[in-house]
Amino acid sequence: MATVEINEKSGNMVGVNGNSRFRRELWWRLPLHVILIIGAGLMLLPFIWMIATSFKPPSEVVAWPPTFIPQSPTLENYGKVFELMPFARYFLNSLIVTLVCMVTICLTSSLAGYIFGIFRFPLRNFFFIVILATAIVPFETYMIPLYLLMKDLKSINSFQGIMAPYFIMSFGIFFMRQNYIAFLPEELLDAARIDGAGEWKIYWRIVLPLSSSALAALAIYAFINVWAAFIWPLLVVNTSDLKTIELALAGFQTAYTVEYGPLMAGSVISLLPILAIFIVLRRQIIESVAMTGMK
Amino acid sequence: MARNILSRGVGKSRSGVSTLQRQKLLFVFIGLTPILVIYGVTRIWPIIRTFYLSLFDSDLVTPEKQFIGIDNYTALLDDDSFKQAFLNTTLFAVGTVVASVILGLALSLILTQFIPRSGLYQLIYFLPFVMPIVPVAIVWRWIYDPSYGLLNWFLSWFGIAKQAFLFYPETGLWAIVVMNVWKVVGYNMVILIVGIRNIPTLYNEAAEIDGAGRFGVLRYITIPLLKPVILFVLVVTTIGAYNVFTSVYVMTQSTTASGNSIKILVGEIYDNGFRYSKMGYASSEAVILFVVVLALTLLQFRFVRSDT
Repeated sequence: MATVEINEKSGNMVGVNGNSRFRRELWWRLPLHVILIIGAGLMLLPFIWMIATSFKPPSEVVAWPPTFIPQSPTLENYGKVFELMPFARYFLNSLIVTLVCMVTICLTSSLAGYIFGIFRFPLRNFFFIVILATAIVPFETYMIPLYLLMKDLKSINSFQGIMAPYFIMSFGIFFMRQNYIAFLPEELLDAARIDGAGEWKIYWRIVLPLSSSALAALAIYAFINVWAAFIWPLLVVNTSDLKTIELALAGFQTAYTVEYGPLMAGSVISLLPILAIFIVLRRQIIESVAMTGMK
Repeated sequence: MARNILSRGVGKSRSGVSTLQRQKLLFVFIGLTPILVIYGVTRIWPIIRTFYLSLFDSDLVTPEKQFIGIDNYTALLDDDSFKQAFLNTTLFAVGTVVASVILGLALSLILTQFIPRSGLYQLIYFLPFVMPIVPVAIVWRWIYDPSYGLLNWFLSWFGIAKQAFLFYPETGLWAIVVMNVWKVVGYNMVILIVGIRNIPTLYNEAAEIDGAGRFGVLRYITIPLLKPVILFVLVVTTIGAYNVFTSVYVMTQSTTASGNSIKILVGEIYDNGFRYSKMGYASSEAVILFVVVLALTLLQFRFVRSDT
């Protein structure tokens, strides 16, 4: 597995070789920059529009022609979204589900990746190939039996029901396995064994800390994915108090009259955790997404 | 090799296994068993049961009410709603893939070959991909709003009257394609940039020494060597597009002409399985979706193998 190199000096996340290649053809760059800046504007436009709308009073939301910068900015939409529904509760639900699944995914991925990568045992290849082969099956194809299972387990409308599909991420197992095969020095493990450390102690005290950067990338990837989950929570949650923020937003906008002011305020709030992660850890995010492209 | 390990683990007498070996196996057993059990229960068993269930007629109480063989599948062939959904999803996938791969490729080439310090561009173009789909779809619905939407305002500069983009399935599908391209183009760009980075610079240099210009290198070195990555991006985008649901659900609920919503595959599975309690029938649709994804994956493996 190739790792994504990050070229700090040139400011690239997915680094590009030294600048010598760019000396020629300066005249090319100006029109390209113009195109790229227009494109970047279009990429950001929906977010700008979302934020702008969230600060507008109701009369201005439906103003024609629309205004980009709120003429009389107000925070009332942010108050209203908490009045119209238990929005804090939904936010908390999303946070609980996402964090628990994120930690579980990291643990199961690193443990299984470590075992599959380092140990030899009966049926190892068989189990690994089964996981590999089932990894490509889209969730939408097996959600019906999963729903029936949750029904049998009386887990509809429960946190464990929402979380059930997200405890194990097959991609996480491959990723951690590759990481251990590539970077874990087996001599170190043997040395620890000679010193009398048990296998679990080795895993907790040596293997996990040594893979912390890979785990961080996986954690981000898991967080982003679970936070955005929609169709499964839609199936297993029928009670209001277990709704995730995504469900709440989707449900709110199908109500009779769509009030875009509060809805945009809610949307902005729901994006905040992801946006915060993105801004702080953008390089690791690109890295963690780029690694899904490695076979 | 696997057989060798197997026989050593199972066949030989226990005395042949050292304490250390036994401790390792115990660790493997205790560590892996719960993971395999959870995986088996929440993933493998549901996948198997999807196939099994697709051979049954169901009602509200019993999903496996009566075994009917392949009747669900033959019924699919006469189901206009399903056929429309399959067609729409395919159009959606083709539209998304063509636009997002061409744009992603153009961006990745421009940002690696012509623009130094392209980090900020990469960041901005990538941003929509990590954003959760629900709020993103909501704001796009607002942009497409027939009365006060940003797009209608933009079109009014050119004297075009207000449109209800999401109201009719014909235009609504393409409106959602545009949103989807906006969302996934950054992912394609990043994967392609990584692919370009992984091409040894030696090749570029050799070609330049041989007198190939910037475009010659692109044409004869970069693009051909990038083919497996392009294929990967194509397949991943296609699979993702075939699984489309949330954006359509969020953007067209109560905006479309009644009884005339945009039909898509996962939407059909959802409706049949969870609105009309036809779990067996919905499972047969899920199997079709599975077959499409499997075929795409095999296609990719085949091409990558024969290419390298």
